Amino acid sequence: MNAVAESRPIATGSRVEVARALRKIGYVALNTYRETVRDKVLYNLVLFALLMIGSSYVLGAISVYQEIKVIKDLGLAAISAFGIVIAIFIGIGLVSKEMEKRTLYSVLPKPISRSQFLLGKYLGLCLTLLVNVAVMTVGLYALLFLMRHPFDPALLKAIFLIYLELALLVAVAILFSTFTSSILAALFAGFVYVTGYFSSDLKNLEGVVDSAFLPQLTRVLYYVLPNFKNFDVKAAVVAGDPVPLSQLSWATAYAAIYVALLLVASCWIFRQRNLK
Amino acid sequence: MLTFLPSEHKHNRPAASAVEANRNDVRAVETRGLAKDYLAGSFLQRKKRALDALDLEVDEGEIFGLIGPNGAGKTTTLKLLMGLVFPSGGEARILGRPLGDPEMKQQIGYLPEQPYFYEYLTGRELMNYFGQLFGLSREERDARSRELLEKVGMTEAADVPLRKYSKGMTQRLGIAQALVNRPRLVFLDEPMSGLDPLGRREISLLIRELRESGVTVFFCSHILSDVEQLCDRVAILNRGKLVQAGRLSEIIDVSLRAVEVVVEGLSPDLESRIAGSFRELRRQGPRSHLSFPDMPSFEKALPLLIGGGGARLVSVNPVKETLEDHFFREVKAGARE
Repeated sequence: MNAVAESRPIATGSRVEVARALRKIGYVALNTYRETVRDKVLYNLVLFALLMIGSSYVLGAISVYQEIKVIKDLGLAAISAFGIVIAIFIGIGLVSKEMEKRTLYSVLPKPISRSQFLLGKYLGLCLTLLVNVAVMTVGLYALLFLMRHPFDPALLKAIFLIYLELALLVAVAILFSTFTSSILAALFAGFVYVTGYFSSDLKNLEGVVDSAFLPQLTRVLYYVLPNFKNFDVKAAVVAGDPVPLSQLSWATAYAAIYVALLLVASCWIFRQRNLK
Repeated sequence: MLTFLPSEHKHNRPAASAVEANRNDVRAVETRGLAKDYLAGSFLQRKKRALDALDLEVDEGEIFGLIGPNGAGKTTTLKLLMGLVFPSGGEARILGRPLGDPEMKQQIGYLPEQPYFYEYLTGRELMNYFGQLFGLSREERDARSRELLEKVGMTEAADVPLRKYSKGMTQRLGIAQALVNRPRLVFLDEPMSGLDPLGRREISLLIRELRESGVTVFFCSHILSDVEQLCDRVAILNRGKLVQAGRLSEIIDVSLRAVEVVVEGLSPDLESRIAGSFRELRRQGPRSHLSFPDMPSFEKALPLLIGGGGARLVSVNPVKETLEDHFFREVKAGARE
């Protein structure tokens, strides 16, 4: 009887604690979002991406009967490429720059845990990327609309997977930025992206090279690094091939698990970190 | 021109009764054997002890000053207490709670050395963001930002982005943000740094005002005259070690070190009559500066100085040791060891 009576306030107390923690993560996320949207670099990148999407109109015009395909190809490629640049270059600044510039010194003594801070930073950048991807998507659809092309919902599938890919890449960038300088973190995150994108080729390397060490290394990389190709359905969507919902669900689960593991590792490292 | 209006300083504390219950046996800050090693050197890294077995006790309600030359370990001590770096040895408690405890963090404020805040925010936005992290309501955050920005003379710059702030303005904002939660204990690392004489005076007044409202102030400073004027107790650190700690009156030799006397028209005859009493004589135009080793020597010479020998007494100044004298003596002694 007593046990039941006592368990209620504890459960309520822990719910309050969780709500408080989530609120703090939300505040950091919103502040991070504000930080990134006030960054002129971001505007330049988004503007450049929109220009690239726009320029596909010119390229489309000189490709006889292929205009729409060229616009879709280039548009999706621009959303993906600029998203990656934003994710890496703004993503790594989130934590390592805060350490280098010592802005963290006034934040961490406040009642917020290092993990809450890191998760807030992650979600904030995901929010920024969501807005950027949305702006670029609107730009692409606007161009297609001007070309009198009917609304093609299949593009959204490709864009959704691009967004998942970016969310995963930000988690990779965050992991590196918890223990290296911002420049090294950018290099490492870029390396992980490129290697992860070609990871199936890495696996095939086993049968091609005549070395004992290299295949072992590539096998480790294949299993450890996220396979970014899982998120690339751009060609299929543009060609009009079907992208089943099961593929989207599988890719979502794959990204969620990887992101969770990366964030757990990032929080663990960041909690041990002595700030210089 | 800013004014410091007396205002009620309500601490952001947990249940008052709980605080009162353990108030008497809880120290504001307590460290036992606190130590920190850093790895030094770019290639062959060696451990360098930045702080060695620090034992400190700071009582609630006092202004405590931590002083020491550059590299003495002052900032390391604060960074350890703030959970920015982790101890290599020993332990510390703040308000009776272990380092990093969320309940404890809710009740403290901190101004880092040469603070640097988010450049893209305005002063008001920064105060609002930090207020959110303390769980303050929107009304509380608005009121607190307004009150504190006014207190540190930053009302006009409240909506200017921080990238346009001067060093002094950033420092003032740094002090305001350290108080946003009405802390029970505030840590200030070089609070006077980057401030002009007027700013330093204002911050001194603010620190006194905080103590009067019951807030414990723990601060590090190079500016010894500020420490001497403000602190109830001080600790001197040198090369990572605690040299001395205690009330200013306990650690500084309060006994008289000399009596400096200025007279006009000191004749050679009068000089020879008091020759055995003074230690040093310096002539500067018509004035003579005499230094007596103690009060009895001065009292012996006094009747002659005022009693028709042709001299006129201009000033008498008893000289005591200052914190600065003491500090340099201690640091020099440490360097010789």
